[in-house]
Amino acid sequence: MALVEIRDVYKSFQREEQRIDVFSGLDLDIEAGSFTALMGPSGSGKSTLLNLIAGLDKPTRGTVRVNGAQVSEMTAGQLAAWRARNIGFVFQSFNLLPVLTAYQNVELPLLLTNLSGKDRDERVKIALDVVGLADRAGHYPRQLSGGQEQRTAIARAIVADPTVMLLDEPTGQLDAKSSQEVLTLLQRLNKEFNKTIIIVTHDAHAAERAKTTLHLEKGDLIEKPRSPSVAAVR
Amino acid sequence: MKYLQLVLANLGRHKLRSILTILSVALALFLFASLRSVTTTLAATAQLGGARRLVTTNATGIVFVLPLAYGNRIKALPGVTGLSWANWFGGRYGDGKSFFANFAVDPESYLKMYPEFIIPEDQKQAFLRDRTGALIGKRLLRQFGWKVGQNVTLQGTIFPGDWTFTVDAVYTPSDPSLGDDALVFHHEYFDERIGRAGIAGWYIVEIDDPAHAPQIAKAIDDMFRNSSSPTKTGTEKEFQASFATMWGNVSFLMSTIGLAVVFAILLVTANAMMMSARERTGEIAVLKTVGFSDRLLFALTMVEAGVLALTGAAIGLGGAKVLYPAINFNGVGFLPGFKVATSTLIIGTLVAIGLMLASGLVPALRAARMPIVQALRKVE
Repeated sequence: MALVEIRDVYKSFQREEQRIDVFSGLDLDIEAGSFTALMGPSGSGKSTLLNLIAGLDKPTRGTVRVNGAQVSEMTAGQLAAWRARNIGFVFQSFNLLPVLTAYQNVELPLLLTNLSGKDRDERVKIALDVVGLADRAGHYPRQLSGGQEQRTAIARAIVADPTVMLLDEPTGQLDAKSSQEVLTLLQRLNKEFNKTIIIVTHDAHAAERAKTTLHLEKGDLIEKPRSPSVAAVR
Repeated sequence: MKYLQLVLANLGRHKLRSILTILSVALALFLFASLRSVTTTLAATAQLGGARRLVTTNATGIVFVLPLAYGNRIKALPGVTGLSWANWFGGRYGDGKSFFANFAVDPESYLKMYPEFIIPEDQKQAFLRDRTGALIGKRLLRQFGWKVGQNVTLQGTIFPGDWTFTVDAVYTPSDPSLGDDALVFHHEYFDERIGRAGIAGWYIVEIDDPAHAPQIAKAIDDMFRNSSSPTKTGTEKEFQASFATMWGNVSFLMSTIGLAVVFAILLVTANAMMMSARERTGEIAVLKTVGFSDRLLFALTMVEAGVLALTGAAIGLGGAKVLYPAINFNGVGFLPGFKVATSTLIIGTLVAIGLMLASGLVPALRAARMPIVQALRKVE
């Protein structure tokens, strides 16, 4: 069974008088341990797909299942708890809380667990060490470079050991060097820690680092697989 | 406790704004406590008076006097066990800017009737012996730096001339509402200086049983009904209350205007707190993405509002509670025993909780109900 199962998903938005159909019967399976890049022009539905998998948004029709849990049927409260355990989300603009240090930002998902202060401390330090920012724990976001901010956001995404990591344009606001560092880190997380990673990107170089690239065009998937991780695509 | 760092970090985001918000709440509640204390102090003063004491004044008004000759006739009535009398003097000391009550009394009967005045025995005897002596409240001792044995001169306003008294004794009231800033002196000296006029401002009548008060009061008033100076007799409580009701409209005005100011400050404060929450729309969306539930975000936002409101309340209400006794405030003599009552602190705290709910509820509900994708779109 695939880690992410999307079945017959419809998603439409209402913009004033106009109805916009993003997906019309989308099917997709993503295997555990895969590294998938979602590409496509603006408005093709990449971020919407990511939001559906993360349970940030609900399909108009159809089912989204992640690790056996039917995300599309959960209540808001169930979704929050489920996201805390299963999803590590990284935004294009980092979205670190400016009033918290890198350490405190990374600790946020762990506050939702029953871990003791000591255990949280241990995990935060490991996460910061993995992303190479152990020496920046006490820095505030404004004291970090763009690349460092994004690596802190990745540490926040992995610290609770989620089932799947979702990254929306993670290199969109980074220079070439920082982008390479972040992509190398993602590859390492996928290979060494067997993390399932799905990234939305416009950057072909970024997509090359993924094992699989999916192209979305007007809500339809066009497969360009480099691995068997994408089992079935409409 | 693990969320405390998040609450504190958010409050520290705009330190100046948080401090100003807290100070606004503190000021509003300080004003509230002060204004309400005026009302409660006046109400406490109106409750003063022994159950066994009646006061007889001129029926026309308190500024009109009664013949001193009434005393023996009142004393002869059944149920009357003691009698004393007093006369408002209205003297002023120095430049007259510091008002204090001063009146002439019949010392022996007066002190017997008012055991609430605590006086060292030797000073009391000295005062009773000295015809030009004065008994003063301990506040006057501090206020003017007077000493026992010192001569002090008051300028008469109703009864002109310089009136010199020797400070023989100092009293401490057993009930702070009685006030500790009056000066009393011998009625005999007063009577002599004004040319043996034989007048009394009011009589204090001690009775055998509080239950007999209505009958005795009626008997006194009936006795003088057809005289040139008819009387009005009531319990001492009623007499005190009549002074308090003179403040009635002022008190109402103060309460109304004061509460309007307090309400306006609270609205401004609530707006500042809501603005602070609105600015964090994106961050709330990020926290939701991380897994913070609607309920948790609601609680955190309310806690933030609570910290601001309750810290302000602690400063404002605590400040009023500590400040007034520290400066010995008595409203220039008009509010003896001025204090911030416990009921005022409780109501003030409830106002703060109300402010917390009013200012926190809207942003908290907004944070809880905010659709994540919509909020993220604003950030991204």
